[in-house]
Amino acid sequence: MTTTALRPVEALDVPRPPAGQLLRGAVQDTMTLTRRELRIWFRNPVFLFFTLVQPVIFTLLFRYVFGGAIPVKVPGGYVNYLMPGIVAQTAAFASFGTAISLARQLQKGVIDRFRAMPIARSAVLNGRLVADTIRVAFTVLMILAVGYAVGFRFQNGFLPAVVMVLVGIVFGVTICTVSAFVGLAIKDEESVGSFGLVWLFPLVFVSSVFVQPSSMPGWLQAFAKNQPVSIVVNEMRSLALGGPLVLHAWQSALWLAGIVAVFVPLAVRAYRRAS
Amino acid sequence: MTGSTGTAPWDGPAIYVEGVHKSFGDVEALGGIDFVVERGKVLGMLGPNGAGKTTAVKILTTLLSPDRGRALVEGRDVVRSPAAVRELIGLAGQSTAIQEELTGRENLDIMGRLYHLDPGTRDRRAAELLERFELVEAADRPTKGYSGGMQRRLDLALSLVARPSVLFLDEPTTGLDPRSRLGMWDVIRELVAAGTTLLLTTQYLEEADALADEIVVIDRGKVIAAGTASDLKNRIGGDVVEFVVVERDRLGEAVEAVRPLTDSEPGVEPGAAQVSLRVGDGGSEALVETVRRLDAIGVHTEGLGVRRPSLDDVFLSLTGHGAEEPEDGPTPRGRRRRPAAAEERS
Ligand SMILES: Nc1ncnc2c1ncn2[C@@H]1O[C@H](COP(=O)(O)OP(=O)(O)O)[C@@H](O)[C@H]1O
Ligand SMILES: [Mg+2]
Repeated sequence: MTTTALRPVEALDVPRPPAGQLLRGAVQDTMTLTRRELRIWFRNPVFLFFTLVQPVIFTLLFRYVFGGAIPVKVPGGYVNYLMPGIVAQTAAFASFGTAISLARQLQKGVIDRFRAMPIARSAVLNGRLVADTIRVAFTVLMILAVGYAVGFRFQNGFLPAVVMVLVGIVFGVTICTVSAFVGLAIKDEESVGSFGLVWLFPLVFVSSVFVQPSSMPGWLQAFAKNQPVSIVVNEMRSLALGGPLVLHAWQSALWLAGIVAVFVPLAVRAYRRAS
Repeated sequence: MTGSTGTAPWDGPAIYVEGVHKSFGDVEALGGIDFVVERGKVLGMLGPNGAGKTTAVKILTTLLSPDRGRALVEGRDVVRSPAAVRELIGLAGQSTAIQEELTGRENLDIMGRLYHLDPGTRDRRAAELLERFELVEAADRPTKGYSGGMQRRLDLALSLVARPSVLFLDEPTTGLDPRSRLGMWDVIRELVAAGTTLLLTTQYLEEADALADEIVVIDRGKVIAAGTASDLKNRIGGDVVEFVVVERDRLGEAVEAVRPLTDSEPGVEPGAAQVSLRVGDGGSEALVETVRRLDAIGVHTEGLGVRRPSLDDVFLSLTGHGAEEPEDGPTPRGRRRRPAAAEERS
């Protein structure tokens, strides 16, 4: 072996940059990565399909094909019952992009490369979160416009309507935190593509999104009435059409806060570990 | 890029690695490695799949922390001052930083933003790198449509946006066709000429030979040899000229004709009428001379060529096992040829 003896070398002492500089850097990096995520989303036909085309298909399908057969007792008929549910569904399905994009960037090594650069550690996930918020807001407003075109009308005044939109967005972003964890934990684009949304289907379909749970068999009702998607959708419906606000509001808030409290730390941990 | 950390300039080695260990569960990926890379030099880290090359690169680029030992990049400890290390380094290779929906220019622009370059500098740097890596025409197309070679070049360009003083390239040519590989070598040579310190990992001896000042050979997480490329090649006997004699009955005559070209005994396989000559460093000259001498006595050959020692040869002579041989005994010399070695035949 020709290894020559090492001449020992002492490390330099490196002072930490001031906190203000770090914070400014973190904000700037988050903005850069937000722009990046949004641009990727706009260029990717699969993401666009999931967030823009699919919700329109659902709206038309339920409004014109199934809607006539679904009896509901709300002012303005089924389209008014449907749209708050569709908004929630759209917001939730938009989280697909979160899971896929994270898994893909992890798998290809993009995230590793970011981590080897002098950028704020928090910026990758924070940039995601901001981009997801903008993305969800965009899709929610888009689908509401489609809703208006097919006859939906808010029944409860302007302010509650605005609050409903905000609740929809917060709900979507909350689901994105779960998806972020799913994407980071699975780490494989193809598997996420096939299974990344599976957990969401029962929550969205066995719920009050499309039909009144009272029409379901008793054993299913118990789940459908009490799971978070139904609770949030009930709140949104009350805001849009009038109804028992307060009870739904605190239940919704509790559920959403609980999901965030569980999945944000899980996602952050999965992000730290994934390499 | 110079660090914004205000530390005194460093005059020690660019990379310093001492007793670094890293295990993943039961798998010991690095079992205590030591090496030093002086500033402006190129270290080739040569080893088969699973040797621990990527693990070493990940430790030096702050992506993994070592279980034991120390690693410094320009004097900054990768564990204690990772942020300072990140200011100095560039990384490219097996992983990719390219986002396929974005164009080449957009990918470069994002890197510039992440390094907090101002808009003017960003644009100039992107234009410069696109030009240098021959990506100007494709600059505004989504990178999804880029060829493998173009993607590697862009990826390398991405790692250079901030002018790193120490660059890590993890198997930068694995999976490239021979032409793209040679193109990549040229690009890497230019970088090195401009003074960048480079740590390059590779499975190809020719690549380390072509690019590196020093080579460390690693196997199962240990450095098993270190030195210059010619040190290593001399230890394993250098280039080999091989040919098959068409007129089998004249095999002996042919061997006598070429015997002066080698210091050692020519290898002869009478069954296949194959002759091999160890010719040290002078492969091409020896090849020409072989042709001349055999021609002079009117012997015809088949499959005449010069073979560079492959990673297999290096491993065989250093460890007694082939490059991809897990444990057991020696593999017949040159039984398995690595693709790059095969391409070298002419
Ligand atoms: N994250 C990991 N978890 C478990 N084992 C790993 C991990 N990364 C690498 N290894 C193992 O460590 C060894 C060295 O791997 P690596 O550094 O990737 O080798 P190389 O880059 O030389 O092919 C291999 O046996 C590999 O399976
Ligand atoms: Mg590797």
